[in-house]
Amino acid sequence: MSDAASPPEAKSSPEPRSGSEAKPALTRRAFFKGAGVVAAGGVIGEAVHASNARAFGPAMLEGQVEVELEINGAKQKVTVEPRTTLLNALRNHCNPPLTGTKLVCDRGSCGACTVHLDGKPVYSCMTLAVDAVGHKVKTIEGLAPQGQLTVLQQKFCDHDGSQCGFCTPGFVMAITACLERNPAASLDEIQNACSGNLCRCGTQPQIFEAALAAGRALQSKGGK
Amino acid sequence: MKNFTYVMPTSLEQVVELLPGPRDLKTRDRVKVLAGGQDLLGELKEHLVEPEQVVNLKGVPGLAALTQQAGAWQIGALATLAALEENAALRASHTLVAEAAGSVGSTQIRNQGTVGGNLCQRPRCWYYRHEQAVCIKKGGAECFAYGGLNKYNAILGGGPSYIVHPSDLAPALVAAGATALIRGKKGERTVELERFFTLPSEGAVTRENVLAPDEVLVRVDVPAMAGWKSTYVKFRERSSYDFALAAVAAALRIEGGKVAEARLVLGGVAPVPWRCEKAEKALVGRKIDAETCRVVGELALEGAEPLAHNAYKLPLAKGLITKALTKLATA
Repeated sequence: MSDAASPPEAKSSPEPRSGSEAKPALTRRAFFKGAGVVAAGGVIGEAVHASNARAFGPAMLEGQVEVELEINGAKQKVTVEPRTTLLNALRNHCNPPLTGTKLVCDRGSCGACTVHLDGKPVYSCMTLAVDAVGHKVKTIEGLAPQGQLTVLQQKFCDHDGSQCGFCTPGFVMAITACLERNPAASLDEIQNACSGNLCRCGTQPQIFEAALAAGRALQSKGGK
Repeated sequence: MKNFTYVMPTSLEQVVELLPGPRDLKTRDRVKVLAGGQDLLGELKEHLVEPEQVVNLKGVPGLAALTQQAGAWQIGALATLAALEENAALRASHTLVAEAAGSVGSTQIRNQGTVGGNLCQRPRCWYYRHEQAVCIKKGGAECFAYGGLNKYNAILGGGPSYIVHPSDLAPALVAAGATALIRGKKGERTVELERFFTLPSEGAVTRENVLAPDEVLVRVDVPAMAGWKSTYVKFRERSSYDFALAAVAAALRIEGGKVAEARLVLGGVAPVPWRCEKAEKALVGRKIDAETCRVVGELALEGAEPLAHNAYKLPLAKGLITKALTKLATA
């Protein structure tokens, strides 16, 4: 993050050089540039994209572009740049911001940014927001209705599955996907499912207990 | 990450048209192709490449196909590692390929990471990955690992660069006798996967494979392995997920208790997947016992020149060879 204070680059990039948290300012120039791309290239929907591609060569996204993401079942238009990660889009470009997905390593090593893309856990820091167009994104906010917890989230509480809690959303997303595929997942399978998630407090034993307990509860309830 | 233009071609013709010319070596990194992004995004974030255009391959139909015919497999460059790992038929016929795919990174990485991306990923050497270190891989004058901290570097085939190839799939697919289908501006060509990868001493030191600037890996074809047993054994410093310190891709065809044919390829020890042909020949006609494993281990690591901090890879690789061969003989 030290280079967030470095001077802006020649291409007037509104995002800091390596940090990915800052909100881009929408400049008049960038707006028109982006709007032009939307009109000429078609960013929303594969059909538009494909038909334009045939007529004018491949579609391109440049500068600020408006894309439609489907997040937690609701479609939302967000203005991003091609380089904006899905993680950054969720946290800083969505309205309201979805900050349950955490930024930690930003390099696909820690798992704190885990979300589901078409039901599969992925690192949102290693996914471009524009690559998520046309796919279903689910974040920690979308697992249970407002004010409620999923079985797994409740078991995390019951079994003390968090210490500082910063890694918790990522673990919950990784294990949720595992239990959705197989509520009877063994300890080995659960460990494998969240081997790409780090907890530096060392809460893994309780996390695994919570996951196994959730699996048992889900089996007796017959799924969900 | 520096901003770029994101291009969405819908055919391979469009993809190769967007790429630089076949001889544009100096400007080749102005355009990068994007598949699963699990390596490219890291490179972009570390400013190791700053392309003007990123060409998304995911809009090209058919590139993710994974098909089998008479035991032979065609694996599209955009097939995910998870798709390989979870394919029961592939696991049955080409166990080593499914095992190697399943050993890559974490669940999250395997869900997005692709076969093409895994084979074409750039080295993990920490000097290469450091933005400020202009090492020989990045056009500099020297390999900093050679005289520096080289715990994770090559013991075989090194010089003038001492990277190890980071791919798990590469040794497995080379052992399976795969070929790579490559598409460029002039059309298609196929290359034995073993010849796809280049040593720093024989190809351009700044690259790890034969792809010209105008080329893209399209598909990997794997011949049938009827009658073979195979496995991929990987050792990592951190068992949850990591790159290989050393790995062994082994395949044997055993007849009447003796080896009739063998393939042995090492990962994590050389700048390319390291085929051990002498060891393969020595295996033929022998039964797998402690003496065979010892002889094969010696032959496989013949010529190894460890650096200051990685001599541990010698006994490690030999141990993994024993483990792999024993597993296949008793399976």
